[in-house]
Amino acid sequence: MSFLETKALSRRFGGLTAVDTVDFRLEAGEIRAVIGPNGAGKTTLVSMICGRLAPSDGTILFDGTEITHLPPWERVARGIVYTFQITSVFRNLSCFENVALAAQRALTLGKAPWHTVDSSALASSVTDALARVHLHERSDTPAANLPYGHQRLLEVAMSLALKPKLLVLDEPTQGLSEAEITDFCSLVREIAADATILLIEHNMDVVMELAERITVMSNGAILAEGTPAEITANAAVQQAYLGA
Amino acid sequence: MDRHRSLAFHGGALALLFLLQFVLPPYHHTNFTSIMVLATYGIGYNILIGYTGLLSLGHAMFFAAGLYAAGLTVHYFNIDPISAFILGAAAALAFATAVGLVALRTTGVSFMIVTMMFAQACFLLILYFNQVTRGDEGLVLSGAARQIGGLSLTNPTFRYNLALALFTGALVLCYILIRSRVGRVLVAIRENEERVKMLGYHTFRYKLLALALSGLLSGAAGASYALMFGYVGATFASIEYSIFALLWVLLGGAGTVLGPIIGALLMFYLVEWTSEVTQSYRIVVGAALVLLTLFFPKGILGTLREKRLRWLP
Repeated sequence: MSFLETKALSRRFGGLTAVDTVDFRLEAGEIRAVIGPNGAGKTTLVSMICGRLAPSDGTILFDGTEITHLPPWERVARGIVYTFQITSVFRNLSCFENVALAAQRALTLGKAPWHTVDSSALASSVTDALARVHLHERSDTPAANLPYGHQRLLEVAMSLALKPKLLVLDEPTQGLSEAEITDFCSLVREIAADATILLIEHNMDVVMELAERITVMSNGAILAEGTPAEITANAAVQQAYLGA
Repeated sequence: MDRHRSLAFHGGALALLFLLQFVLPPYHHTNFTSIMVLATYGIGYNILIGYTGLLSLGHAMFFAAGLYAAGLTVHYFNIDPISAFILGAAAALAFATAVGLVALRTTGVSFMIVTMMFAQACFLLILYFNQVTRGDEGLVLSGAARQIGGLSLTNPTFRYNLALALFTGALVLCYILIRSRVGRVLVAIRENEERVKMLGYHTFRYKLLALALSGLLSGAAGASYALMFGYVGATFASIEYSIFALLWVLLGGAGTVLGPIIGALLMFYLVEWTSEVTQSYRIVVGAALVLLTLFFPKGILGTLREKRLRWLP
């Protein structure tokens, strides 16, 4: 049994089939990249995995149980965490408060909304998450005052505070500088030590550097899957995507 | 530090309200009593619009739920004012929860329309059952029925301090709420609900909690109004009273704890003064709404917070 599995998963928007009967498997501990041209259905696929979009057909299994119809918050409780493509930090809140929103959720899972959170446990959880992305010294800075690259890191810290088992990163390096991308890659490797990572990425250097396996999507279907070397050598992929 | 400043600021405002009763002439003394009760309604409304980002256009129904639940039981069953107050607040809480279960399935403009429809239905029901409610004309509650432990609610000093206690209670509740972890989630929902969902929160429950608390405070204000001023009428359930709450909060500053009372105070006197000059005071109310939206979208305290008092909750 795979860690994450979709069976004949489809999503239609009116006449358009964005994801077409996709069987996708992901093993625990992997770093998997999903690549493909714009409109290939990558974001639609992971949105269904995270519960942002309901599938039109098919099933999703996570960690041995079916989660096809679970709302997103219950998937978060099971360890599926999504990091937004468009930076969605709370701009008016400080870095600490941003991460605290995530950390308090992790600490109160399964408890009533008025359940009080031990503030020292919360603070240490927040500081840990911020330290992992090296933002712990900016704790009191409002998110809006951070440079863009740091906002992306804050976004990742929020995800980490949720203690993900499966972390979905949707184009995390978009808009980052070369140096930031290098740091980001080592951060992802560190995270991968105790989480499975599903990465949607356009930057092929990042994909080749990080991914253990690559899934190539095209027109809503999986075109190929394999190690970076296999994918680079695959003629169909080259034609559809790499453009060589 | 900021915490102390903010406690001093709000504590100071309450102390000022307490001291004002010794200097205000009788006419304004009564006005302030009324303003504090209305501001409690405003605080309730603000929890929803200011902190959770949900714009309701039917909040008068919760004010009226408290007003009628308290007023009718005193009038027909002669129950004591304390029980009537509790009953009024509880009725509004239950009603707000029930409305929320339906209305919160919508967002944005649809939410405004659904809440407005519910409120209009309530208003029309009050008129329809006019044998019980006396409709527009309303009911006057006798002074004899409005006694708490030998003190009459017609006594201005007693009434002023009860209104102050009610307002203080609402202020403290709102203050604690927004400083709490739940309050942080509400503000986050206002900023980006989708993100909050993906952080693992069942946002519907939080919005329902906000609406229930908002309804509770609105209803407590309505019940107090009926008991303190001895009058229960359909006007309080009309769209006008929903818009008033919106105006007070926008004028004072949505998402500020003291905004509603500043807004209620200014609007009260604005309406008061213009009614002396012209019958059509509504045109002034309308103009105020337009000017606010155009030039002062953050309201008085909201603008102050942006410019200097960043610590203001």
